Parts: sequence; C-alpha cells; structure tokens
Amino acid sequence: MSERSTPAKLAPTRTPAFEARLKKRYAAEMRFKYAGMSAVLVSVAVLLFLLVSMATDGIAGFQRAELRVPVDFSATSLSINPSLAENAQIRSLEGQGLPDIVAFAAQQALGEEAANELNSEAWRTVASAIAADPAVMSGKRDFWLPASEDLASALSGDGKAALQPLAQQLAANGKLDERFDPGFMLRSDATDPQLAGIWGALKGSILTMVVTLALAFPIGVLAALYLEEYAPKNRWTEIIEVSINNLAAVPSIIFGLLGLAVFLTLFPNFRSAPIIGGMTLALMTMPVIVISGRNAIKAVPPSIRDGALAIGASRIQVVFDHVLPLALPGILTGTIIGMARALGETAPLLLIGMRAFVSTPPGGFTDNATVLPMQIFLWSDEIDRGFVERTSAAIIVLLAFLLLMNGLAIYLRNRFEKRW
Amino acid sequence: MSQHTVKAFDEDITRLRGLIAEMGGLAELAVQQSLEALINGDLTLAAAVVERDKKIDALEIEVDAMAVRTLALRAPMADDLREIIAALKIGGVLERIGDYAKNIAKRSGRIEGRSRFEPLTLLPAMGEIAIEMVHDVLTAYAARDPVVAREVIERDAKVDAFYDSIFRNLVSHMVENPATISSAAQLLFVARNLERIGDHATNVAEMVHYAAVGSYPLDIER
Amino acid sequence: MLDNPQDTAPAFAGAAAEPQPEEASAPKMSARDVCVYYGDKQAIDHVSIDVHTEHVTAFIGPSGCGKSTFLRSMNRMNDTIPSARVTGTIELDGEDIHSSGMDVVQLRARVGMVFQKPNPFPKSIFDNIAYGPRIHGLAESKGEIEAIVEKSLRRAGLWDEVKDRLADSGTALSGGQQQRLCIARAIAVDPEVILMDEPCSALDPIATAKIEELIDELKGRYAIVIVTHSMQQAARVSQRTAFFHLGKVVEYGHTSDIFTNPREVRTKDYITGRYG
Repeated sequence: MSERSTPAKLAPTRTPAFEARLKKRYAAEMRFKYAGMSAVLVSVAVLLFLLVSMATDGIAGFQRAELRVPVDFSATSLSINPSLAENAQIRSLEGQGLPDIVAFAAQQALGEEAANELNSEAWRTVASAIAADPAVMSGKRDFWLPASEDLASALSGDGKAALQPLAQQLAANGKLDERFDPGFMLRSDATDPQLAGIWGALKGSILTMVVTLALAFPIGVLAALYLEEYAPKNRWTEIIEVSINNLAAVPSIIFGLLGLAVFLTLFPNFRSAPIIGGMTLALMTMPVIVISGRNAIKAVPPSIRDGALAIGASRIQVVFDHVLPLALPGILTGTIIGMARALGETAPLLLIGMRAFVSTPPGGFTDNATVLPMQIFLWSDEIDRGFVERTSAAIIVLLAFLLLMNGLAIYLRNRFEKRW
Repeated sequence: MSQHTVKAFDEDITRLRGLIAEMGGLAELAVQQSLEALINGDLTLAAAVVERDKKIDALEIEVDAMAVRTLALRAPMADDLREIIAALKIGGVLERIGDYAKNIAKRSGRIEGRSRFEPLTLLPAMGEIAIEMVHDVLTAYAARDPVVAREVIERDAKVDAFYDSIFRNLVSHMVENPATISSAAQLLFVARNLERIGDHATNVAEMVHYAAVGSYPLDIER
Repeated sequence: MLDNPQDTAPAFAGAAAEPQPEEASAPKMSARDVCVYYGDKQAIDHVSIDVHTEHVTAFIGPSGCGKSTFLRSMNRMNDTIPSARVTGTIELDGEDIHSSGMDVVQLRARVGMVFQKPNPFPKSIFDNIAYGPRIHGLAESKGEIEAIVEKSLRRAGLWDEVKDRLADSGTALSGGQQQRLCIARAIAVDPEVILMDEPCSALDPIATAKIEELIDELKGRYAIVIVTHSMQQAARVSQRTAFFHLGKVVEYGHTSDIFTNPREVRTKDYITGRYG
C-alpha cells in the first residue's frame, strides 16, 4: 500500500516557498511582456517617424510653383493637324511660334520681370493642351505654367534674395502658387527640378523587376524542387546547400561586379538596360527563393506524398500535383522578400552602369534606363534645392510601389493557401 | 506459466480458481459425508450435509458472476479464455454433484433394517471410487494436468461396473424379499446418484483437458 | 519453410460454428523468403506468406516487429526510403513485383494502401477520388469520372453523407469520414489488393466499427491485408492472422485457431497479454 503523507505535511506545490517562486515566475513573465511591448512601440514609433517625415517632405515634391498666364488664341493663327502624333504636333506648334506667343502673353499678364521667370519649357504645357483638345485654340484660356527654378525656390524662401519680393507679390496676387503637379508621375528625369518626373525611373524599375522575376522565380523554384525531391542526400548536395545559403548573404555589390564581368562582357551593347540589371538582380534574388522554397517544400507533410504515391502517382505528379500547390504560399512569401530587396537595390546596378542620366523613359528591355532607388540617389546628389522635395516624393513613390507589389503577392498567396 | 502484464488479470484468475477449489472441496466432503450418514443412519450428519449444500449453490453463483466479469473486462484469449469457460462449466457440474450428495443424504432416513442389507456394504466401495474421482479431477484442475484428467475418465468404467452389479443385486434382493422393496428402491436411487457423480467427474475431467490442451479427449471409451 | 494455414476442420466438437473458408486457387500475392534491411539493420527475416482474395489477412505483433515494414514492401513504398533494401520474392498474380517488367506506378494502382492517419488530399472530396482515375486514364469523359466517384463513395459507405457536398474540402470531414474517403480513393483506381496500416488507430469506436463493417463488405472483392495493434480487431475482422515477432512470422493460421488455441508459446504469450 502506498504511504500516505500525514495531514501536517503539505504537498510540495502548496508550500510557501513554492508560492514565492510562483510569484517570481509571474513577475518574470510580466517583465518579458512589457519588454516586448516596449520593443514593438519603439519600432512603431521609428517607423511612424520615418513615414511622417517622408510624407511631409514628399507632399511638397508633388507640387510645383506655377504662374497663371491667360493666353488669347483669337489673335493668333495657329493650326494643327489632328491626325499627327502628339510629338509631331508639338513640333509643328513650335515651328509656328507658340513659344513666343506664350512669352508675350506672360509679359502682358505678369509684367516683364515675372515673364522672365517663366520656365523656358513652359510653352510645352500649352502645346500638349492644344494637341489634346484643338478647341482650346478658339478664344482665351487660363494656363498654369511652370515657373523657373529660381522663382520656385524664391517662393519657398530659399534661393536668390532678389527674387523674393517678386515672388511674394505674385503669390499675393494669386498669380503664383504651389500647385499639385500630376505631371510628376508622367515625366522623366530632367536637369530642371520643375520639369523632372519619376515616370522614367518607375518604368525602368518595372521592366527590371519583370526581368528579375521572370528569371529568378522559375529557376529558384525548380532548383528548390530538385534539391528537395530528387537530389540524393550526399556530400555534393550538402555543399550545394551551403553554397546557396552563403550566396543569400553575399553583399549585393558583389553581384554588381559579377554582372559587370559576365553580362556586360557578353552583351556590351546593353549597358544600363533593364535586361542586364534584371539578370544581375535575378542572381541576387534566386538564393532567397531557393531557401524559402526549400523550407516550404520541407513543410509539406510526408503523409501527403505517401498518399499520392500509394495511389500510383509518379514522382513528377506527386511534386507538381501535390507538393508544389501546398508549398506555393511559402514560396510566394520568399519571392516577396526577394523581390522587395531587389526593388530597393542600388549598389549592383551602379556597377553595371544604370546610373546615367536618362531623360526619356525606356521603350523596351534593351533601352537605357534607370531605376527608382537610383533616381533617388541621383537626385539627392543634386545641388538644386528643388530636387530635395522631388527626392522625398520619389521615395514615397518607391514605397508605394513596394506596397503594391507586396499587396499583390499577399493576395496571390492567400488565394493559393489551402487549409489542411 | 508467466505472469500477465496486467497483474489484476492474474488475480482474477487466481480468485476464480480458488472458488472452484473451494466448491470442489465442499462437494467432495458432501459426497463422503452423505454416504457415511446413509450407511450409519446418522440423521444429524445428513441434515448438516443438506444445510451445507446451500453454500455450494451460493459459490456457483459467485463463480458465474466472476467468470462473466472476467470475460467482459479482460477479453481473455487462447488458454485464458478456455480456462474461464472451463471454470464456468465446472462450477455448474460441481453444483450438481453437490445436489446428488444432498439427495443421498435425504434418503438416509428412509432405510430400515440396515444390518441385513448386503448391498449396503457394496455402496461404500463404489462411493470411494466416485469420491476419489472427484478428488483427483480437482487435483488435475489445480495442476492443469490433462494426463490425470484422462486417467480419471478411464476410471468411470469401474463406477459403471459397480452400478451394474449393485443394480442386479438389489433387484434380486427385492424379488426375494418383497418387504424390503421400499428400502431397496432407495438404495437403487443412491447407487444411481453415485453413478451420476462419477459421470459428472468425467465431465469435469473433459473440461480440464480442454482448458489445458484445447481439445476434448473424445477418444476415450466411457 | 512456408507456414501453411491449417486446412482441416478443427478437431473438437465444441468449436465455433463459423465456417472456415478454404483456400481457392492461387494466392493473390505471395512472399517467399523476404528480407528487408534498413542500412545494416535487418527488419524482416525470411518471411514467407500468402494473401488470398477470399479472406482478410491480419498482421499482429508487438511494436517494432516489422509488420508495417512488411506491409509497405508489398506495394514497394519502401522504395521511397533510400537506405531500404529488399531481398526475396514478392509476387502479385505470379509476377515478381521487383522485376523490370513491373512498373512501380502500375503496381501501386493495383495494390492500394490506406494509412494510419487519414491523409486526404487538401482538395475537394470529388477531386480526392477523381485524382487516381485521372492520372491513370481510367475514364475518358466527365460523366465517367463522376460515375467512378459515385461508385467508390458508395462502396466505401460514404456516398449518402457527402453526396450533397462533393465540392467541400476533403479535410473538412470528421476523422472517420476522412478514413472512409481514403478507402474510397484507394478503391477508385480499381485495385486488386488493399493494404491497411492500422486504419482505425486514430478513430473513435463508432468510426472504427463502421470501417470494420466496410472491410467486411469489401472482403472477397479485394484481397485485404490489415495491420493492427488491437487483437480484438484482428479477431473481429480477419479470417487469417499472422503473428510477427522480431521480423519473423512466428505463426500463421486461421484467426479462430490463433486466438483460441495457438500452437506457438510466443503467440500465446502475446495474445494473452503475458508478453513483456
């Protein structure tokens, strides 16, 4: 028979010493909880600070200083041929003297001094409006035209002191204003910050990302599938696994050197093209996809494989009908991480020459291009004060693009997520 | 025989065997004492035998309950299963042996003129064989010994032979002394009971054999 | 030496009235001197056994005795383990399953398997059943696939419960239903043998009883081999039982004989609970 403890002796879990230790345990838990919460709060605070400062700086970048210039077309004899392309029409208008008409109208409306501060390319705004709607040419119309960079900086309180009174006066009369500038998203890079836009870099980024994804995703997924499902577990596969893990940690600038040495030697004509940039970034992204792909594939339970094998599926069928669909959410997560990193990379692209000043958006994969982070880097280097705001605005565009990409991938991942 | 992994199972079987052993001892004693009461005309002893039969009946109910419980709770297999089934049947048989002994005891008051009855002297010998059979078969049960069980079955022939000779003797006695018919008839029944006790002992022996070996000794002439 | 089941009727009159099925014709699958090694460790030691279509065969034995390993070698699932090595002959309808003439994919369609933990694919119920026939090209039109799905679900006793929700996920069913779904999935490719590796060990008693009833109905149409830890289940469900111990078959015979009067001491000790 088992020994019964006497009533006077308490079970070990009911002694005061135990209760004191219990209190300590709870206290430690509380401390850990608060430490965690504080860490989260600190991170959130830093993040908010970043976002708020970017937003406040960047909002200004989506605006530009513009002068109000009423143009009376009734006195002019401009004509356009609607069947021509927009660029041809604009050239034709240039030939017909539109710039002078605009300059004259500015002088009439704003005075000599202000008219001098009209941006030299301001007439193009008018020309685009006419090309879009020829009816503009009948009668009078008010245009908001970009001011010169000097006037713009004077308006915001920097730049030439001499122009500041003029800027104040024009602003007070409602003839000069910081207006929302949708053209920022449609124009390409320019030397004048008033005329600079982000579209060239954005298109360059999109093209580069397409190349990166098209190369890295299939190669990465197939490599992961092969390594997990088919490769025999021997010395060689272990070496490959270690190599891939190390590749993922290699500084990105090394991939730039690789791109320079290999790709540009092979395709010297395509320096600074999205295809070379994409290939370089694909090299960088592929190990990330392989690693996360392998983990996702490893996470598929063997019972699913056994079930499929037992029904008579061949190895390929097991992999593509069962393993891959279940591993896809994990693979997509890895792809998101890899692509997000690639989107923000500057160093490797520096080395392969995607740092040139590119004033027109790339037409295809083999044209000269630049990418968003590169554009940010280039603008942040500029002397003109106007580029500071443009830089913040470009950062906002980059973050928005990143969010969009992530959102798309998360949507895809949720679609493929099967409950099991 | 090795132990069951679940010790309580072993305890159950031990208890069941104990009950059978107790029943067997009581039945053996009953047969012995009922014959003694009959031969000596000891009515007090006869009454005690009749009274003690109630105990045998109660034990049989206990054996039933124990066997059913073990079957339900332990799901016995192979020799354990055969053992339980055998115990169940042996309990019933022992109870019947007890009843026959009680019957013999009841008749002890109805015999007159003991000293002149020759057949009365044959009965103890027959009874001895029957009692030995019961005793030996219980020993075989305790030892799970099929060989002794077979041997007990063979002995039944002697009991039957005894019965035949007593029968003839009593019939001729009744023909010669019609006045003793009622007492002689009682003795006929007693002999018959002893013969039946012998048969039941062979039933028990068959169950012992089945429990031990898994088959009945059908080849023995009975 | 081959452990033959006792073909003669039992020698005692008090035996169960259950008729003992006799061996008709040739065995569906037969193993001779099969040894299975995992690297250097031997898991199966010269096992020879026959499996017939007319009756359910049960493999019983303590943990680690090799019964699951042997079961898995019957449809070459051990091929997926790199260190596994099989010697000896295993034949399906007289043809060696390891010969070059036998395609392993085809073998697994002819010898189906149901696992201990129900493993329906994370697809719809319909797709779970239809997958096998699709990849083996057993049906040509959508109508034919639907017919196969219905027939399999009916045979598995699941049709009435799921016929209105075939598009639901297979994993949304209860444990017992999932296991019947796996059985239906195995049936859908029209196998000749069904191997069951402790199919009820993860299920509650009611689900277990339904599966045992199902096995009883399927017996005779498919040769069924069931590995089970429960001797009561082996006794209820099978007509032939093989007792495995340390990789060998110690005894193989009629189920009622094994459980009422086994010949080997080791068998007796195991089934009466005196093992270990």
